[in-house]
Amino acid sequence: MLHTKSVAEMARDLKARKVSSEELTRAFLERIQRFNPRLNAFITVLKEQALQEARSADLEIAAGRGGPLTGVPMVHKDIFCTQGVKTSCGSKMLDNFVAPYDATVVERMKRAGMILLGKANMDEFAMGSSNETSFYGPVKNPWDETRVPGGSSGGSAALVAARLAPAATATDTGGSIRQPAALTGTTGIKPTYGRVSRYGIVAFASSLDQAGIITYTAEDAAMILRVMAGYDERDSTSVDCPVPDYVAELGRSMQGLRIGVPKEFFDKGLDPKVAEAVRAAIKVYEKLGAVVKDVSLPNFMLSVPTYYVVAPAECSSNLARFDGVRYGYRCKDPVDLTDLYMRSRGEGFGAEVKRRIMTGTYVLSAGYYDAYYLKAQKTRSLIRQDFIEAFKSVDLILGPTTPTPAFKLGEKTDDPVTMYLNDIYANGVNLAGLPGISIPAGFVDGLPVGLQLIGNYFDESRLLAASHQYQKETDWHTRLPKGYEA
Amino acid sequence: MSLTPDDVKSIARLARLAIAEQDIPAYAKNLSSILEFVAQLDQADTAQVQPMAHPLVGVPQRLREDQVTEKVDRDRYQANAPQAEAGLYLVPKVVE
Repeated sequence: MLHTKSVAEMARDLKARKVSSEELTRAFLERIQRFNPRLNAFITVLKEQALQEARSADLEIAAGRGGPLTGVPMVHKDIFCTQGVKTSCGSKMLDNFVAPYDATVVERMKRAGMILLGKANMDEFAMGSSNETSFYGPVKNPWDETRVPGGSSGGSAALVAARLAPAATATDTGGSIRQPAALTGTTGIKPTYGRVSRYGIVAFASSLDQAGIITYTAEDAAMILRVMAGYDERDSTSVDCPVPDYVAELGRSMQGLRIGVPKEFFDKGLDPKVAEAVRAAIKVYEKLGAVVKDVSLPNFMLSVPTYYVVAPAECSSNLARFDGVRYGYRCKDPVDLTDLYMRSRGEGFGAEVKRRIMTGTYVLSAGYYDAYYLKAQKTRSLIRQDFIEAFKSVDLILGPTTPTPAFKLGEKTDDPVTMYLNDIYANGVNLAGLPGISIPAGFVDGLPVGLQLIGNYFDESRLLAASHQYQKETDWHTRLPKGYEA
Repeated sequence: MSLTPDDVKSIARLARLAIAEQDIPAYAKNLSSILEFVAQLDQADTAQVQPMAHPLVGVPQRLREDQVTEKVDRDRYQANAPQAEAGLYLVPKVVE
């Protein structure tokens, strides 16, 4: 079946002319038409544009041109600016916004010949852990349509899980790639801060945001990350260091690999069945020759509170640009400039976004800045220091991606803090700027469970290799949700 | 930290967010809950700790030559404007 092929398999078949890009594109467009009404994973579907791109790709391949990814269909999360195409960030504020330029990531994947099928639904302005805050309605988890796919990249994760595309870009500020990947049984990687350019990605929290990819396999993630990553002079936080050939390094042996498991991760908040799945994964790594030991992240419990000071502070600054003047939603008949700002923003933003802007405004305001923001910048240092310390004696850190499998729609929307705690294992990784990946590691009551691996700075090779080796020993990543097989 | 409805109105004004009167209590409750939650940070001993603004610790901000490298395509960028005329963005009168 075309839709169950991985990116690597599709790439091989395209090169060998066993299948055309147009055939693949049609197959996925057909599945999108059939299944998307149930999932609501797409905000925009680009049928004609995709078919045109596919035909061009087929000509390239026929002429012997093109690279490893030419003709492979994919989707961008609706936070990436795509020239000439609506870019909404899941918000009423940008419902009418057509991006005038391409994000660097979009440019690179286009140059690599990938086919854009559409834009994925997401939590509004990337703020959420369930894809329930989108202006375009919630996304459903294909494994159980009464449950959330996670967020903020819920659309990207759900559509890959349902095989509506073999890859979807995503962003991760406090877990928004890894957590939905875990809840949907997909592979999601967040690279090191500075590894992938943020140019053209609508900013949420500039010291935390990072773009990554959601796929079926680590091998696919390696193929795509190789294209996404790299220095970009247009992003002043882009790091100028070479991009390894992640694909060539997938086969590295796990023999002697030192894996640390933070004892703080296994506290009372963790579902015992999820803990069991993680312990089973540890056994797999031991079988592969890895040495697994306990490590400690003493300031782990400060991650979520630190994140919920830093991220809202940065978002209150970044979202100040949405003022109804130059682009985006403008309220009707503003009486003066203040009214224009207040009602455009009050009406254009949803409740969670407004909550976070207000939290950020408060923690940055005179009289509170030291107690909250400056304090959080210091606890952020403590969290980073813990990881640096741990990496002195281990190569990778392993643990659960989320404390529980997917929860029900509406279950956690009453209390923001309950929702925030879903990212307990994820936030610290963003605060430190480290790379992290979530890979499928089993099922609990029919719902996927994710294993998180955290790497040292710029050590994506090792993360991807360790994930790939695990995926050679297990088949969790090959499972399809019921009803989506054909 | 428990926020009063007046606190919420104050913060909303600073953030230029119009919040309906009937929604203020819910925001007060949620924001208070968030602030109470983050107050945990007070317990951390950070006396000897340097604040961290971003993960690129010790990496200086990259600068570039002060030369024009961008071409401004005003028509294209202004296409998304709610109201524009003659290359200007239109807003309600600011100065009497």
